[in-house]
Amino acid sequence: MKPAPFRYADPRSLEEALDVLAADPGAKVLAGGQSLLPLLAMRLAAPATLVDVNRVPGLDAVEVTGDGVRVGALVRHAQLLRHDAAARVQPLLARATANVAHPAIRNRGTTVGSIAHADPSGEMTSVLALTGGSVTVTTAAGRETVGWQDLFVGPLETSLSGGAVVVDAFFPALPERSGTAFAEIARRKGDYAVCGAGVVVTLDADRRVSAVRASYISVGLVPEVHDLTEAVAGKPVDSADWAAAGALARTLVDPDSDIHASADYRRLLVGVLTERTLADAAREAAERTAA
Amino acid sequence: MTSVDASRTDSERTVRVTVNGVPREATVPVRRVLADALRDDLGLTGTHVGCAHGVCGSCTVLVDGDPVRSCLVLAVQVDGAEVTTVEGLAREDHQGGQVLHPVQEAFRECHALQCGFCTPGFLVTIAAGLEARDRSAEITEEEVDELVGGNLCRCTGYANIKKAVRHAAATMRDAQ
Repeated sequence: MKPAPFRYADPRSLEEALDVLAADPGAKVLAGGQSLLPLLAMRLAAPATLVDVNRVPGLDAVEVTGDGVRVGALVRHAQLLRHDAAARVQPLLARATANVAHPAIRNRGTTVGSIAHADPSGEMTSVLALTGGSVTVTTAAGRETVGWQDLFVGPLETSLSGGAVVVDAFFPALPERSGTAFAEIARRKGDYAVCGAGVVVTLDADRRVSAVRASYISVGLVPEVHDLTEAVAGKPVDSADWAAAGALARTLVDPDSDIHASADYRRLLVGVLTERTLADAAREAAERTAA
Repeated sequence: MTSVDASRTDSERTVRVTVNGVPREATVPVRRVLADALRDDLGLTGTHVGCAHGVCGSCTVLVDGDPVRSCLVLAVQVDGAEVTTVEGLAREDHQGGQVLHPVQEAFRECHALQCGFCTPGFLVTIAAGLEARDRSAEITEEEVDELVGGNLCRCTGYANIKKAVRHAAATMRDAQ
């Protein structure tokens, strides 16, 4: 249970980090390390060089504007969880972060690192998708924005090149007259979810359902956003049939079986969690919509 | 292209860290995790290594005041930081002895350990959690669950550990 030998670099600027990455195709970026270090300990990964970005200045800020929340690469889950201004603009951030592992892991693990790790059982990959978010990627060639649809390729795999550093993630603000909810089922609180769901419900000015979107955890190979609007479109918020939306969701997902749960059980949980979270999100959307 | 400082790409490093209030120094391979450096290089064997991949919580220590898994932090990463291990929870008294932390007292009082392997991780996590919260408020069951939920104990079934958390919270409230 010891990592294989590696070279270690702790650059003091982004430029220096990019130089070290460019010099070694086998280099890997280390931020919070709460996913990477277990992989090293179990020797599922053995990068030649670790580029520890923890001492790079300027990556630890949460910036909140009316448009959304920009989360720097070194922002810990715990920091985002207690960021009230971020939660007001996009409530899914705190709701999902509260489900990320245990407090001791959240104190060290980073939200952006979790996204770059691209684990389909990660909460924040799903939230990036559900909110229509993006990441800012820096390479030797410059800086670019990569939308969530172009980021996730497969389990633990992104479209980014080895020489890239993700410097922040941007989560757009919750639209008007909308509510959110997030819930997951795990064997033990804080463990990887057997299944999780994040939802956004949007109403029109007459408090009728105009849009319903959902994204699931530990379901599928990459984060996906499912549009469930047709099951409840135009229904008054107080009488919409959320079970119908749950039933629709079950037909849209394609979960896998593993030692923790069968595909059928996961599909069942998708229905249950969808119905449950939509009822909560709808209540919140109604509160945010003037009668 | 900026030059890369060769001293920052070594395979071995000298780490300077304050552990339980005492400045310490050790030269370690860069792949050594903090848990192993505390035990093998600094002789502080109170920190226990259970699973070595972040699941069990036995190796939890405080880095700059926050509980973290010391098996998921490299020793080189705490250069310049302050680390508190289970050995640092007790306080010196005026006669040259030591006074246990209220959480340690509560574990003894409530019989919250059997084999003791997981205990250092629980003690450090709970002590930091209780010190960070508003002590005058009655502790809720949800708070208690959150404080013990990240640590595995295979002996006790958690009932007495949770009793100890409530006991320690009450002691710390009364001591205000």
